[in-house]
Amino acid sequence: MNEAKAVEVRSVSKSFGTYQALRSVSFDIGANEFFTMLGPSGCGKTTLLRMLAGFETPDSGSIRLHGREVLDLPPHRRRVNTVFQNYALFPHMTLEQNVAFGLENLGWDRARIRARVGEMLERVHMETMARRRPGQLSGGQRQRVALARALAPDPEVLLLDEPLSALDLKLRQAMRDELRKLQRDSGITFVFVTHDQEEALDMSDRIAVLGAGEVQQIGSPTEIYEEPANRFVADFVGETNFFDVEVLETVAGQATVRTPFGLVITAPETGVAGRRRATLSVRPEKVNLGDQAQGVTMQGQVVNKNYMGGYTHYTLDIGGIELRASRRNASREGDAIAAGETVNVGFAPLSARVLAS
Amino acid sequence: MTRRHDVKHYPGLGPLVALFFVYLYAPLAIVVIYSFNANRIVGVWTGFSLEWYASALNNRALMNALKTSLTVAGVATVVATTIALLAALAIIRGRNVRFRKLSETVVNLPLLLPEIVLAVASLIFFSLIGLQNGMMKLIIAHSAFCTPFAFLPIRARLQGMSLDFEEASADLYASRWTTFRRVTLPLIFPGVFSGAMLAFLISMDDFITSNLLSTGGTTTLPVYIFSLIRSGTSPELNAIGTLLIVASLILATVALAVAARGARNND
Amino acid sequence: MSDSALHNPPLDRPHRPRPWHNLPFWGLLPTWVLMGFALLVPVVIVAAVSVATRGTHGGFTWDFNLASYRQILFNEGWTGEMEFTPQYLMIIARTFVLAGATTLICLIFAVPVAYFIARQTAGTKAVLIYLVTLPFWVSMILRVYAWMIILGRGGPLPRFLESFGLPPGTSFMFNDFATLTAMVYTYMPLMVLPVFASIEKLDVTLIEAAHDLYANRWTTVRKVILPLTAPGIVSGAILVFVPSLGAVLEPTLMGGGKQMMMGSLIQLQFGGGRNWPFGAAIAMTLMCFVVIFLIFTAHRAARKGDVA
Repeated sequence: MNEAKAVEVRSVSKSFGTYQALRSVSFDIGANEFFTMLGPSGCGKTTLLRMLAGFETPDSGSIRLHGREVLDLPPHRRRVNTVFQNYALFPHMTLEQNVAFGLENLGWDRARIRARVGEMLERVHMETMARRRPGQLSGGQRQRVALARALAPDPEVLLLDEPLSALDLKLRQAMRDELRKLQRDSGITFVFVTHDQEEALDMSDRIAVLGAGEVQQIGSPTEIYEEPANRFVADFVGETNFFDVEVLETVAGQATVRTPFGLVITAPETGVAGRRRATLSVRPEKVNLGDQAQGVTMQGQVVNKNYMGGYTHYTLDIGGIELRASRRNASREGDAIAAGETVNVGFAPLSARVLAS
Repeated sequence: MTRRHDVKHYPGLGPLVALFFVYLYAPLAIVVIYSFNANRIVGVWTGFSLEWYASALNNRALMNALKTSLTVAGVATVVATTIALLAALAIIRGRNVRFRKLSETVVNLPLLLPEIVLAVASLIFFSLIGLQNGMMKLIIAHSAFCTPFAFLPIRARLQGMSLDFEEASADLYASRWTTFRRVTLPLIFPGVFSGAMLAFLISMDDFITSNLLSTGGTTTLPVYIFSLIRSGTSPELNAIGTLLIVASLILATVALAVAARGARNND
Repeated sequence: MSDSALHNPPLDRPHRPRPWHNLPFWGLLPTWVLMGFALLVPVVIVAAVSVATRGTHGGFTWDFNLASYRQILFNEGWTGEMEFTPQYLMIIARTFVLAGATTLICLIFAVPVAYFIARQTAGTKAVLIYLVTLPFWVSMILRVYAWMIILGRGGPLPRFLESFGLPPGTSFMFNDFATLTAMVYTYMPLMVLPVFASIEKLDVTLIEAAHDLYANRWTTVRKVILPLTAPGIVSGAILVFVPSLGAVLEPTLMGGGKQMMMGSLIQLQFGGGRNWPFGAAIAMTLMCFVVIFLIFTAHRAARKGDVA
């Protein structure tokens, strides 16, 4: 990547009392990137975001924004704006006043503020409600105003703290597309925090998966999902089957392992070299059933079946080992396998991963 | 260092608040300290002494005033709390209450109008209807201005309490009276208790009304203290003050602790 | 009890008279009786007395007469000529100035203190609020008395300042400053508590949002914290201002005989049985001020509520 770096996080650590929230975290965010920090609650992602905004100070380490060290700058001196989880719109101000607030504090002149506020409200389709107050808006509308308010001062970096979590499902989907479009149009670096993996995979250029106060993996959505770096990432992002395996050989990123079904297979690996025991991860949708079974094939009995509409999830028993598979219901008749049946089960070794336990 | 960017933290606030608490308590502390002064002149410290406590406890007039105050406050508290409880039930739980808003204003009226006006009003009214009994006059007037203090916490508690409990009780075959006795009253008890404590305190503390209404035989404690102050500060007055301060603080602590515990248990 | 009885009790319920069928009426009757007897009727009578004629030996007669209200502004000479006199106007002005100053000073201290307390952890918060409330439980007359000691001749404050060259035997008592000091002290908790309740409800992310949008601390206080705590500030102002207008103890004890406020002036008219109609007229005037103030604040609050 040849682009300028918008954010550089270097060996940042932070504890709250005895609880270590971040352990020497380092990463870069490129300019104009849609960067997502994904992780379960308590993984440190919100703390990191608040450090970028200036609301928290790291115990050690450094944070640079566009090459400039910012740890000595209070929040109101950083060209960074935040879309808060609950939007934090000022309830005593109209939408116009909310959007104008940052510009006033930056000392813009009135005419410029008025023009900018109008432009921003238009961009989020809220121009007709400029004189209303936040209390009169729906969740989605508040979300839009919060975006307009944060984007109005044209920040170097826009921080978004789980901004979609308060919306209902349908609206969330629509807002994802809108956010992505806003990011492309404005060219501003977005740093997005979420615990929702689907959101992260859908919107991001790159994702940092955080767990236990450390960066577990950074990569494109495909890399994160298809090539998880460790068991934590494979488990947190998407569904998967884990099997304890014995490592027989590792050569050039491929590991040959003995599976508990008794078969020996060779699959891509990360961090397994030199270990005897490892974990094999196979995602349910990579497991094929019946006459579609190919690659490594076995016989298994269907013990449970959950019909989900678009998909059907099967739980299979393969010689005492449990394996979950999921199958798209491509046609009405697609769901023909009954519970109790014994069927062929198979997966391509290339779509499985061998990970350090 | 970690506080550097805590935007919710305002530098210098801590010392200001510390100073504020000194300001709140120093005057009371000074009364207490001077009550142990052996010298007859309040400002001149000559040594530690308990003699003023002995003389306070042997003061007949003081004991009589205390008795009057306790009697008036006790009766007024019971009357005010009962009336406030009934009013709160009617206003919050009643259906189709006519004059709901007006009734609530009337209950709170003693809070809205200056006490001296109400005191003058009772004085003129009682003298017009020829009510002579000093105790009776005090009790009626005190009950009236204590009612809103009893009403507010009960009302708050009742309003904060979901109707579900009472409906569940009715669903389980309890009569309205049983529901009130077994469900409503226990749940709003912290409110009733706070209300009663407040009413008692306000009555004990009252000077303006009592001063206008009290007659020779029915001097309340604050009125008696006022007369002592008028005749010049004395160490005995400080001893009386200290005893009252200590009593109030103990009473307040007990009251607040009970109210806080009740609030925790029920929520 | 038989099985069928157990299953059927609700059947006869509607026919039984319900014991609380008229809760609103019986619940509110005692209130109206007590308030009517001790408050509503007496206040009407005060209004009547204020336009009655002063009797020769104290007391009054029921002859309609506006002399008491005239007396507030004019001195009636022996021959019946009216001469403007500012002495009662001065008392009314002092009442407003002292009550306003008390409210303002309480507010200036209450906001930072309440803000500080609201930012503490739950346990500390409870303790600090308890400490704010506690002095309020001590009898008001004792709280005023404490300041008489502090400010009086030979008291701690004059003595302390005497060591810096103040002439010995100085007293800070018997002036408006002394009255104000006692009033601020007695009413302070009434301001801190509602302001605290309001600040505690303030969503802290709004403060962060303000800073995020380039506001410094002072701008945040002015544009975010104060406007959002306005309800608490208004109720605190009412709770302090109304009793301050009617203060009796503070001007009587701290101000001495000459620095009267409306409350102590009224008290004086009735204390010695000196002039009931005049006292009633002052009382009605005071009540009108208070009612106008309350209607004004309620009206403003209602208008603000419409917009918000």
